[in-house]
Amino acid sequence: MGALEAVILTIITASTPLLLAAIGELVTERSGVLNLGVEGMMIMGAVCGFATAYTSGSAMLGVAAGLLAGVVMSMLFAFLTQTLMTSQVATGLSLTLLGLGLSGLIGEAFTGLPGVKLTVLDIPFLSDIPFIGPILFGHDILVYASLAIPLGVAYVLFRTRLGLIITAVGGNHHSAHALGYNVIRVRYGCIAFGGACSGLAGAYLSLAYTPQWIENMSSGRGWIALALVVFSTWLPKRLMIGAYLFGTVWIMGLYVQALGVAIPAQLLSSLPYLVTIVALIIISGNKTLTKVNTPACIGQPFAPER
Amino acid sequence: MMIVLEKRSEQSKAMTFLSPVLAIGLTVVIGGFIFTGLGLDPFKALYIYFIEPMTSIWSVEELIVKAAPLILIGAGLAVCYTANVWNIGAEGQLTIGALFGAAIPVYFTAWQSPLVLVLMLVLGAVGGALFGAIPALLKNRFGANEILTSLMLVYVAQLLLDWLVRGPWRDPQGFNFPQSVPFEGWQLLPLLGEGRVHIGAILAVVAVIILWIMMGRSLRGFEIRVIGRSPRAGAFAGFGQKRVVWFCFMLSGALAGLAGICEVAGPSGQLQPTISPGYGFTAIIVAFLGRLNPIGVLFAGILLAISYLGGEAAQVELGISDKTAQVFQGMLLFFILACDTLIHYRIKFAPGAGAAKEA
Repeated sequence: MGALEAVILTIITASTPLLLAAIGELVTERSGVLNLGVEGMMIMGAVCGFATAYTSGSAMLGVAAGLLAGVVMSMLFAFLTQTLMTSQVATGLSLTLLGLGLSGLIGEAFTGLPGVKLTVLDIPFLSDIPFIGPILFGHDILVYASLAIPLGVAYVLFRTRLGLIITAVGGNHHSAHALGYNVIRVRYGCIAFGGACSGLAGAYLSLAYTPQWIENMSSGRGWIALALVVFSTWLPKRLMIGAYLFGTVWIMGLYVQALGVAIPAQLLSSLPYLVTIVALIIISGNKTLTKVNTPACIGQPFAPER
Repeated sequence: MMIVLEKRSEQSKAMTFLSPVLAIGLTVVIGGFIFTGLGLDPFKALYIYFIEPMTSIWSVEELIVKAAPLILIGAGLAVCYTANVWNIGAEGQLTIGALFGAAIPVYFTAWQSPLVLVLMLVLGAVGGALFGAIPALLKNRFGANEILTSLMLVYVAQLLLDWLVRGPWRDPQGFNFPQSVPFEGWQLLPLLGEGRVHIGAILAVVAVIILWIMMGRSLRGFEIRVIGRSPRAGAFAGFGQKRVVWFCFMLSGALAGLAGICEVAGPSGQLQPTISPGYGFTAIIVAFLGRLNPIGVLFAGILLAISYLGGEAAQVELGISDKTAQVFQGMLLFFILACDTLIHYRIKFAPGAGAAKEA
């Protein structure tokens, strides 16, 4: 395997969890809901995915469990914010705190155990082409899903009736309600989708990225995914580009270290976080870019007038 | 059956106080079920968890040691959240405060004078405030979301600490352990009595009283509350939202930094790669459980400190993971938020789905 090929492959693996989590949150935010619990849903997806795969021996069952864990967590959030109309910021934070605690408790029995790695989908002939084969056709199902989901989301958001409804609910929930759409139900759906994607992102971490359980193994990726959504200005295709940029930064530290450059390892490890801050500054400073697509109702609870 | 919320004509005063009690009750009940699920006697486990920490002098002292930083940080965060300023990076401000303060014993190892202690505490607060000022600057100048920037900075601060204790600040006589020189004499906080309780506990109480007076009796407190409720109304009154963002971040940062230096100059007595067991994050729960009121934070801090101690006791006596503490804390915040709905709404059960649709 050539050096370039190895670099590209690691960039893909580093970008995939960010992309998966961020595309789910993008849909949630498009419907006008800010779920700060991405980190918590992700880490629960990781631990449930690992535990299920380890116990059953099937990585695919693990993926399903990760997805389910994300959805269950997101439904807790949905019940509080949509039905009980609690503050979305505070509830999202509590979801993250709960997820980190619960995953530590569940995962304790699985620490240090050998994981089950998600197998690469082998496509006859195509996967065997040198260079292009491994890069384009040598991945597990979640990598393909991480690319297909944003394209699907872009299609649904901009080309279908459902997409219009979601955008309307996020843009002006009172008007959407007056038109006869069930705002709460649409938001429940979008929150569940966000949870499912975060769960998959977590499962990718513990089944493909590093096939084992390490406490707090999401290490802030959920928060970076949230920043990515802002960075993408709520556009799925821009989100894909952003996720790969961030994934590249995430992996860059490792390569610079391997080259033996005399930079403290901790400085390199802090790069993704610093770059996220810089990205937020750049994009937030540009008012025209952000204002156009920002869902106007984001973070506001909806109480139907009666 | 469908749950339907009916808005109260005015906030329920009773529920403001009952909601945390209800939330604690729910957490204990669910906790009992979790213990049963783990194959333990739930009553014995809950006793060890919540009551035993308060039954001996030793554990009460330990309780105060753990409650002090939670109260210091939580009181600052309560002010922030009242203003709708979301500082969730207190853990990072705590770390930087500890580093600023610890610079004195690290660079002037032999210096002994009461001034050293004062300087360390002041530097701790200054460090925390400066680090808290970063998200405030980014929000005010560029409109960058303070939740994300303050949280990202936690990771940066922890990596900086890690680099210092493994690199330039490592104790040359420390057998290569990642730790700074041990602090001595005036570089340590004076103890209250024989045990481990240090003057950080007094600082926490003083901070609570000052913030309580500020929030209830001063123009600044009024400004913070108005901006938090309605920035537009605040603007008409001539209150600047940006100024409130600066103030809240630097105040809560300073208190978190103070908690940080108290941690390293108190219980630890030196810098280590980990300073706090997540006090900066737990303090978020403290702020909410304390009704965003400094006096409430005092009680909430003690309660959350019990959960830390209970976690340790449960680990020793029941052989279960100390992670249960974190689960309890997370559940508690969840239940508080859910119960707070009762302050503004009455819950009604509608008989069928049809009635709910109408609503």
